[in-house]
Amino acid sequence: MIEIKNLSKNFPGRDVLRDLSCRIEDGDTFSVIGPSGTGKSTFIKCIMRLLKPDSGRILVDGEDIAALDDEFEIARIRRNFGYLFQEGALFDSLTVFENVSFGLRYLTDIPREDYGRIVADKLALVGLEKVEHLKPAELSVGMKKRVALARAVAAGPKCILYDEPTTGLDPVTTEMVTDLIVSASEKLKVTSILVTHDVNLALRISTQVAMLDKGVFAAVEPPDRFVKSENPAIKEFLEISNAGHNGCGDHGGRPGHAGYKGPGGRNGRH
Amino acid sequence: MLGLAGELGAAALMLKSTVFWFFKSRLEVRETMKQSVKIGVDSIGVTALTSFFTGMVLALQTGATSKNLFNEPLYIGTLVAFSMVKELGPVLTSIVVAGRAGAVVTAEIGTMRVTEQIDALYTLGTHPARYLLVPRYIAFLVTLPLLVVLANFIGTIGGFIVATTRLQVPSTVYWNDIFTFMDINDFMHGFIKTFAFAFMIATVSCHKGMTTRGGAEGVGKSTTEAVVTSMVLVMVIDYFISAVLVALGI
Repeated sequence: MIEIKNLSKNFPGRDVLRDLSCRIEDGDTFSVIGPSGTGKSTFIKCIMRLLKPDSGRILVDGEDIAALDDEFEIARIRRNFGYLFQEGALFDSLTVFENVSFGLRYLTDIPREDYGRIVADKLALVGLEKVEHLKPAELSVGMKKRVALARAVAAGPKCILYDEPTTGLDPVTTEMVTDLIVSASEKLKVTSILVTHDVNLALRISTQVAMLDKGVFAAVEPPDRFVKSENPAIKEFLEISNAGHNGCGDHGGRPGHAGYKGPGGRNGRH
Repeated sequence: MLGLAGELGAAALMLKSTVFWFFKSRLEVRETMKQSVKIGVDSIGVTALTSFFTGMVLALQTGATSKNLFNEPLYIGTLVAFSMVKELGPVLTSIVVAGRAGAVVTAEIGTMRVTEQIDALYTLGTHPARYLLVPRYIAFLVTLPLLVVLANFIGTIGGFIVATTRLQVPSTVYWNDIFTFMDINDFMHGFIKTFAFAFMIATVSCHKGMTTRGGAEGVGKSTTEAVVTSMVLVMVIDYFISAVLVALGI
């Protein structure tokens, strides 16, 4: 379980996150939505301890990781997490095999002779095969995202953090990545934390949705309650997102509006 | 002034982290070999070419001046070898390596920084100092001195070719001039400086890469800054270390 209490993070001249609190149970899919530049990525980077929070607590199974300063202790905590970067962040100089097996070397004690089997399994999980020898430059954007997801799950994390997993993808690839997130969550029984401005994605696959507005959570609710929120910031964001989706022929939206796909949440989806 | 202090502070922290991971972790042998090839082996061609022509032009100019003054080419081998070994070999090779390999290192690390690959290293259980910086420092510190030895030799050969073919200096005289007047201290003078140059180029290149901001434009800016800073610092450091070595009798 991950519990966040009064998390704050400032950059010079700007309060990015202010007093954020939430509780994410094991196996949950927790989404943080909000416009670009509201601190969504900062939020998950604090959870991963790529950034040190200025104040507040991040309890992972009861241990406060926000207070840690020792590099080895932080590295130990990071073993619990997989991280899918917005652009994939695959290492350009390494092959797909080397990218996916990278974490196995540093995060686990798995013998090297098992890497081949594990890499093949993880690539199969994301629907790829016989790409082990390719370099990232030889992959399409969608394939890069899938390889990055395989890399994120390779070492068997308890929780996967997704930073804008569908940004910049075409609708078909978006659908595929969405399915991958759901399938990774179910097959690997992991907790998932997403930050996205794709409302449709968040409502479809999450057990809880939080809206980040001006550095604070405007609401943290299950999707069916979230869409009915009377909070002005949420209403405005959902309406704008809905208009955008309808305008470009996509399929997002609120209940009762054209294009809205379902009641939201994994319970609704499955 | 504040900017400079900030840069120095950040570089010092990076250096501290590099030293820490050098002693605390197993060496990334494969990455170190890879970087040694990129920084050292791939620089052999341009280093050889530069030093060969430097040796040739040194012999040519010395010969011409000597002929004007004394009516015959005197001490060509001595002058070419001394110049190459004490100054031109280390300085020119360092400038070539700063421009070629230093730029590669900054651009590579800078690109990794702006595309979040550095953050990815943390998430995958390793530290960028361990995986990126330690191998590059070792590669610079091992390969630059070897390149300088090569440059000294090739420069001296270049001088030999001009001395014997254009200035009609007998080959035994050329080599005899070198071995009579040169001792191990002359070689060490240049060789010691090379380690300082290698360390400085590694620090500047890695620091500029690690602090890159702002996408492709930022990578270009960092790379230019790294090359210019390294080249200027080679000259500055050269003077001060030479002064110390001369004072020590080396």
